[in-house]
Amino acid sequence: MKGILKIAYKLLVNDRGKFAALLVGITFAVFLIVMMTSMFAGILYRSSSTVINIGAKIWVMDPAVNTVANSIPMPDYVLDAVRSINGVKYAVGLYSGGALAKLPNGVYQSVTVIGLDDASLYGRPSLIEGQIEDIFADNAFIVVKDSEFPKLGSPRLGSEFEINDHRCVIVGIAKVTTGGLFGVPTLYTTYNRAIQYIPSTRYTVSYITIEPKSSDAVPYIKQQVKALGYEALTKEEFIRKVSNFYKYQTGLGTNVLLMTVISFVVGLSISGQTFYTFILENLEKFGALKAIGAKGKELVSMILFQAAFTALTGYGLGVGLASLLIAVAKLRLPNYAAKITFENLAFAFVMVLVIAAISSYIGVRKVIKIEPFDIFRG
Amino acid sequence: MARLAVSAKELVKWFGEGEARTMAVRGVSFDAYFGEMLFIEGPSGSGKTTLLSMISGILRPNSGKVIVEDREIWELPGDQIADFRLNTVGFVFQDYHLFPKLTTVENVAIPLILKKLDWEESISVALRHLEIVGIRDRAYLAPVKLSGGEQQRVAIARALASSPDIMIFDEPTASLDGDTGRRIVDFVKTSVLNENRSIIIVTHDSRIFEYADRIMRMEDGKIIGVEKGGQNAQ
Ligand SMILES: Nc1ncnc2c1ncn2[C@@H]1O[C@H](COP(=O)(O)OP(=O)(O)O)[C@@H](O)[C@H]1O
Ligand SMILES: [Mg+2]
Repeated sequence: MKGILKIAYKLLVNDRGKFAALLVGITFAVFLIVMMTSMFAGILYRSSSTVINIGAKIWVMDPAVNTVANSIPMPDYVLDAVRSINGVKYAVGLYSGGALAKLPNGVYQSVTVIGLDDASLYGRPSLIEGQIEDIFADNAFIVVKDSEFPKLGSPRLGSEFEINDHRCVIVGIAKVTTGGLFGVPTLYTTYNRAIQYIPSTRYTVSYITIEPKSSDAVPYIKQQVKALGYEALTKEEFIRKVSNFYKYQTGLGTNVLLMTVISFVVGLSISGQTFYTFILENLEKFGALKAIGAKGKELVSMILFQAAFTALTGYGLGVGLASLLIAVAKLRLPNYAAKITFENLAFAFVMVLVIAAISSYIGVRKVIKIEPFDIFRG
Repeated sequence: MARLAVSAKELVKWFGEGEARTMAVRGVSFDAYFGEMLFIEGPSGSGKTTLLSMISGILRPNSGKVIVEDREIWELPGDQIADFRLNTVGFVFQDYHLFPKLTTVENVAIPLILKKLDWEESISVALRHLEIVGIRDRAYLAPVKLSGGEQQRVAIARALASSPDIMIFDEPTASLDGDTGRRIVDFVKTSVLNENRSIIIVTHDSRIFEYADRIMRMEDGKIIGVEKGGQNAQ
């Protein structure tokens, strides 16, 4: 380390009280920003869990669909039309809907039922127990072993329950990549059984999932589907659409944004204010350094170093604290949705740099203006 | 014939403008030589600190010149004036201006660090200077733990550390008791002064006049006389 920066470091860190106050401000801001954005990211991620779990490359839906759960059924001819589009390798219907399961003890539990195309089982889950072929057996359902699993009484192979007076038997237990947001267990069955067991509207296809021949075919498929009056979205686009709905049309995004802005402002005022008093109290020292022969740019580098060092330490502490809290929360609440993403971390990092930049800007201006002679005047 | 160290010519400095304008220094010219201890004496407010600041590159005069080793320092660009302060002058401030959050030895190392010596070397040179001023055993204490006289020695060690040609002391004995003050000035005379160094001491402490080679008297921003120093003069 350059000696002058080591001096800056010691002036900063040896001033324990101030340094602690600075760190608290930045750590607090980073912590809040990371927590808020992680919760949000977790919620957004979960809101698309079905899209992620099914894994289909292209989804066809009514253009008015905003979330996966609220599908708008499409008539069967759309499936035929989609199948005949050039570039479609295969396309299958997918049922997605809510139902009430009556457990053996008489308790009702809401569930999400996903009906997979009978012929292909496209989008099938991977099983921990049981064989996928058993899904064709009478009354067969596969249950997903996610955090909602216990709500069905932690069923085993052969466990039974009822949906609309139909007997249902668990034939498989699936593992899941992403848990859902809505706190209900997920069941898989065949498409035909789903529409048979669950009373439905005139149209029954919730989504059409497409496997394109190649990714080059995607734009053409999208265009053709649009001509049919429907919308074809790639998996990523669909996820983004759902996220955008939650972000911009539910108030969720605005609230998170607001909280983030508040955390930022609070962090900025605590750290900015403390850094400012730190600089003010050390102004005479900086003046003395100038009188001894330090150049303006050396003092500026000291201040920038102090600001950057505090910012990075606070950032590390804040991120660490947030990760710890999320990890602990996840241990205790399996359903806890927070998810620290690279974007969250980058966002918090940029915020911290802005805080450091604003705080040091004020300090730098003060220090550049100070005349060495000023130290003779208390 | 003694070599010229500092030559001040017609220095003028005022503060404020209009009604509030105070003339701090009103046309002061003098010379200081290598190997001599020049005292500047005068009542409080007579412009001594202002004058010292102008000759040490700390305060720009309104007019006049300061020539040190053939250079007119106030014609140098800003960074070179900073280098002049760092390399040529050692200033011992009246209230020391030590850094309370640094150890004594780190305080002394500052000019060396500014001279871009690496940290370890700066510290070891600083330790040598603490040795010279006789407080090597205080190296790792905070300056506030030291007595007034010891703090004064730290300030001297720091000014000495960059091996300056010109050492400037502003009221070095003002906050010390008589004995301590005398010991410090005695030390400066015997151990800091040499034929390649010029020492200028501002004081109104008559107890130390005996160490002066010449005493220049100031009043109201002007020099009113120069006389030979006391019994300990060379
Ligand atoms: N920064 C300043 N602003 C305004 N007036 C000043 C300033 N510095 C010194 N003065 C004035 O200049 C005069 C000389 O001050 P100074 O050089 O500190 O005297 P001394 O060191 O002999 O006590 C005094 O009248 C003082 O009030
Ligand atoms: Mg003075």
